Amino acid sequence: MNFKRALRVWQRNATVYKKLYRSSIALNFFEPMFYFLALGIGLGGFIKEINGLTYLQFIAPGIVMSSAMYAACYECTYGTYVRMEYQKTFDAILATPILFEEVIMGELLWGTTKSLIYGTIILIVMLFFGLVNNFEVLLLLFYLIFCGLIFSSLSLIATALVPGIESFNYFYTLFLTPLFLFSGIFFPLEEMPSLLKSVFQFNPLFHLVNISRTLFYVGINGFVLYESIYLILFLLFIMPLPFLLLKRRYLL
Amino acid sequence: MYAVVGKSLTKYYKNLKALDSVTFSISAGECFGFLGANGAGKTTLMSMIYGFIMPTSGEIEVLGKKLQKSNLPEIKAKIGVVPQDNNLDPDLSVLENLLVYSRYFDIRKKDAFNRAKNLLKFVGLYEWSNANVRKLSGGMKRKLIFIRGLINDPDLLILDEPTTGLDPRSRKQIWNLIESLKHSGKTIILTTHYMEEAEKLCDKIAMMNKGKILLIDTPENLSIKFGGNLEKVYFEMTED
Ligand SMILES: Nc1ncnc2c1ncn2[C@@H]1O[C@H](COP(=O)(O)OP(=O)(O)OP(=O)(O)O)[C@@H](O)[C@H]1O
Ligand SMILES: [Mg+2]
Repeated sequence: MNFKRALRVWQRNATVYKKLYRSSIALNFFEPMFYFLALGIGLGGFIKEINGLTYLQFIAPGIVMSSAMYAACYECTYGTYVRMEYQKTFDAILATPILFEEVIMGELLWGTTKSLIYGTIILIVMLFFGLVNNFEVLLLLFYLIFCGLIFSSLSLIATALVPGIESFNYFYTLFLTPLFLFSGIFFPLEEMPSLLKSVFQFNPLFHLVNISRTLFYVGINGFVLYESIYLILFLLFIMPLPFLLLKRRYLL
Repeated sequence: MYAVVGKSLTKYYKNLKALDSVTFSISAGECFGFLGANGAGKTTLMSMIYGFIMPTSGEIEVLGKKLQKSNLPEIKAKIGVVPQDNNLDPDLSVLENLLVYSRYFDIRKKDAFNRAKNLLKFVGLYEWSNANVRKLSGGMKRKLIFIRGLINDPDLLILDEPTTGLDPRSRKQIWNLIESLKHSGKTIILTTHYMEEAEKLCDKIAMMNKGKILLIDTPENLSIKFGGNLEKVYFEMTED
């Protein structure tokens, strides 16, 4: 694996994005903002406080993370699939000095970049709402990258396994939506039945949301580092899979 | 000196045998044509030469080195590929397609730009530089794919049906280009369904049928052996 060659693939995606972002950036922006406003203001009117935070404050850090998550997922499912199967972009690239795993690394890094871009935009909006009072929140950029790597990898695994593009519906409905809803963004998971609680301990978004909320209102502490360990282990465990599975799917 | 040597190359796609123990050698500086019916295995063989498809068994040597993963980038850097299918970047303009492609070869931006400009001028696409590739006609896309394969000034050119879909004048133009590339010492491997093209350009021809190479010879010798032009040879050799 040559990192520079992987970056060439990243750069190709960035070039295309630079031309087309105007037509897609709004979509990625409005969806999380609708959740934030509808639930934060609407539902927030009925909920006094959670752990000393207003409801709007409570959900804001999670919305930053989930928008980063969805950005990586859209990119590395639909985006990668179209490049691989329809546009034959991979075929074209593989006729140049670039190797297959470098193409995949480029895709992974690009998905991660999308996480960073969209997570940062939502974070900036939250700053404008005056929800953050602590500049250690900038460490969140680092965790947006983490979020991107994890969910780009998971999405590329889905891309390697789907028989066709319609099948991504399963990935979103049966996998990502539960991860999103049971991540502690909208309600604390502590009150859940203990079986569910232990299942959702495996949810990487849950840990990312914990980290995000702590960085928003407390700053870096032992808990953030403790949560990071789980994420590192999770990432190390899943990151080889997209390479193996996509190779199996794609290379003849 | 051989540019490409294939030894008993066999390729299975699941249970389908696409190549059946194919052996051949292509001298440096030669224009070598693969002819054969649809599905004969030409594209499969071409894709093996640049490591896109791995043989199920057999060995392949390209530009003096046994093809393996460790030297694949180095070998691919010296190859130019014109694929049979369109895989241009539909979101990019004509010029951007060439520039993005040149970055994969690590060509400096300024050099790439100059080279792209000359190539575009040569095939009459310069005025289209900033047009989206979706706006090109089929033949224009074909020409763009052709010059994209030349952006790295390759030693070995792999042309999979380079002139399919071109009008007669454009075809002549590409033939002239291929001939001048040949004169500048490049090795050219070509597939085509136009016998006239093979006759005109190729120093040697391999006749393929159902995954096998039936014979390899010069077009002249083939015509003498079979008492007629290449078309007659083709029909006699590729009978079902
Ligand atoms: N990706 C693939 N998966 C499965 N089978 C394939 C694949 N590509 C080609 N084949 C099969 O392998 C055989 C050889 O195909 P190939 O594309 O090499 O033929 P070709 O000589 O280039 O034909 P054409 O003149 O139509 O381009 C065919 O039977 C084809 O169906
Ligand atoms: Mg073919």
